[in-house]
Amino acid sequence: MSSLLEDAARRLRSNPAALGALIVFVCLVALTFIGPWFNANAGDTLDWSHVAAHPALQSAHWFGTDRLGRDLYARTLEGARVSLAVGLVASAVSLLVGIGYGAIAGYLGGRTDHAMMRIIEILSGLPLIFFVIFLTVIFGRSEYLLFLSIGAVGWLTMARIVRGQTLSIRRREYIEAAVASGASTGRIIVKHVIPNVIGPVVVYATLTVPQIIMFESFLSFLGLGIQEPHASLGTLIAEGAGEMEAAPWILLVPGGFLALLLLSLNIFGDGLRDALDATEP
Amino acid sequence: MLRYFLTRLAGAVPTLFIIVTISFFLIRAAPGGPFDQEQTLPPEILANLENAYGLDQPIWTQYGRYLAALAHGDFGPSFKYKDFSVTELIGQGFPVTFEIGSIAILLALMLGIPIGTFAALRHNSAADYVSMTLAVVGVAIPTFVVLPFLGLLFGIYLHWLPVAGWEPGSIRHLLLPTIALALPPLSVIARLVRASMLELLSSPFIRTAFAKGLPLHTVILRHAMRPALLPVASFLVPAVASIMTGSLVVESIAGLPGIGRYMVQGALNRDYTLVLGMVIIYSTLLIVMGLLVDLLYAWLDPRVRFER
Repeated sequence: MSSLLEDAARRLRSNPAALGALIVFVCLVALTFIGPWFNANAGDTLDWSHVAAHPALQSAHWFGTDRLGRDLYARTLEGARVSLAVGLVASAVSLLVGIGYGAIAGYLGGRTDHAMMRIIEILSGLPLIFFVIFLTVIFGRSEYLLFLSIGAVGWLTMARIVRGQTLSIRRREYIEAAVASGASTGRIIVKHVIPNVIGPVVVYATLTVPQIIMFESFLSFLGLGIQEPHASLGTLIAEGAGEMEAAPWILLVPGGFLALLLLSLNIFGDGLRDALDATEP
Repeated sequence: MLRYFLTRLAGAVPTLFIIVTISFFLIRAAPGGPFDQEQTLPPEILANLENAYGLDQPIWTQYGRYLAALAHGDFGPSFKYKDFSVTELIGQGFPVTFEIGSIAILLALMLGIPIGTFAALRHNSAADYVSMTLAVVGVAIPTFVVLPFLGLLFGIYLHWLPVAGWEPGSIRHLLLPTIALALPPLSVIARLVRASMLELLSSPFIRTAFAKGLPLHTVILRHAMRPALLPVASFLVPAVASIMTGSLVVESIAGLPGIGRYMVQGALNRDYTLVLGMVIIYSTLLIVMGLLVDLLYAWLDPRVRFER
């Protein structure tokens, strides 16, 4: 097992694109936390003497200001923190649900498995965006429920992957040994099935996080996610898209940040998948 | 074949029924109603309105009536757009959405397949790396970032194309929205074709074809292309779903009169019939697409045809 991981780490180290992406991602995340120390502007202060000011390094507002004179550097970092937090928490929710559901369906098999997979099929037949829109209008625009509703639709693919993996191991000797020694079904799933299917799950998870960050920004862009005065990258981009002709930097700064963030996460996730899966050409 | 197709079509009806039922009760579970406004209506008028639309009936009666009307092809009146039925609203907007969506998916196929094939033939060359890097960019950067950036570059700085707006039959207005919409599926298709093509190029039957002395284009087009397209075929359903979601963004940024806006507006306004109409249209499209993909599979892969 350890030699497999060592192999994977070696392959990952010899992939400059994935390493570079990891460094960029770590720098971006670090910047969202330590960035405010370098610039004293707060994201919610209205600077009426600098409304929609150009970005300029020698002025107080490095990346310019928006229509209300709020500092874009501070606001972008704040929005990025929110986007990252939603991305991580919602991914965690979708992973937990997906792993649990997939492992139960795959392990129990038979009619239960059939019914559970049929539910997934129906859910994927419904355009997911409707689901999220319904959930947001039912529960109101609470930011905590946003985590839940995004996580609630993100688990389908994960459940399929985990079920497939579980099916391939459920007839193995160690599972039979656990059954023979009288372990309960719940205990077998938690102690024996899930730890042994976690490999592909980790890889898929690194690609889930950027997908969910993108989805959260998409919802906020539509006005269904994070609400003013709070900001996520999506709300900032929506704001910027409206000001594109007069003040393009209001779009370019958060848009560029989101693009860089998603790009680095995707390239790293791809690299990780290639490193762990030697069969991929 | 026909029998199989009809069975699948009949199997789609219960799926659609379940989707409609879930959506009906979900949207009804949302607080508020279609007649909530900033100034509250006098109770008598509200009661009259609710009576006229049947909203004062028990929810099961309303559900039954909705299904009965639906069985006759009647989607009901819109609650918010007075004097319009849902059929009329969707009928007006759908051609626009359908046009940009189908151009986008054709664009994605027509560019993605050659790019993927080319990258596989030049495996590990600069061309391979460049096209695969671009493919990652296409997957990673969301449509609502790409389209404003394109508009900024080609519309505002270069003045080549209009940033937004729509004129019937004008290709120039559709260019930027469809490119932005096509990018994510294009990238995925290019990656899928490259991966399956790489695998095929080292397979015995392709090596035999080369050994016979067949020219490259014959080997690729006559022998490798059909099996290489199998993963693309199964990607088509999620691709259509992602283009539907994307067209929501694209239509709102580019100001196109499609049906995308009804999805969010309908839910926010509690325009129950409009939302359900949208759910039905989108689910039906996805189901039909799934059926087409099955047929496509049978054409691409002879093993599927002879299995039954």
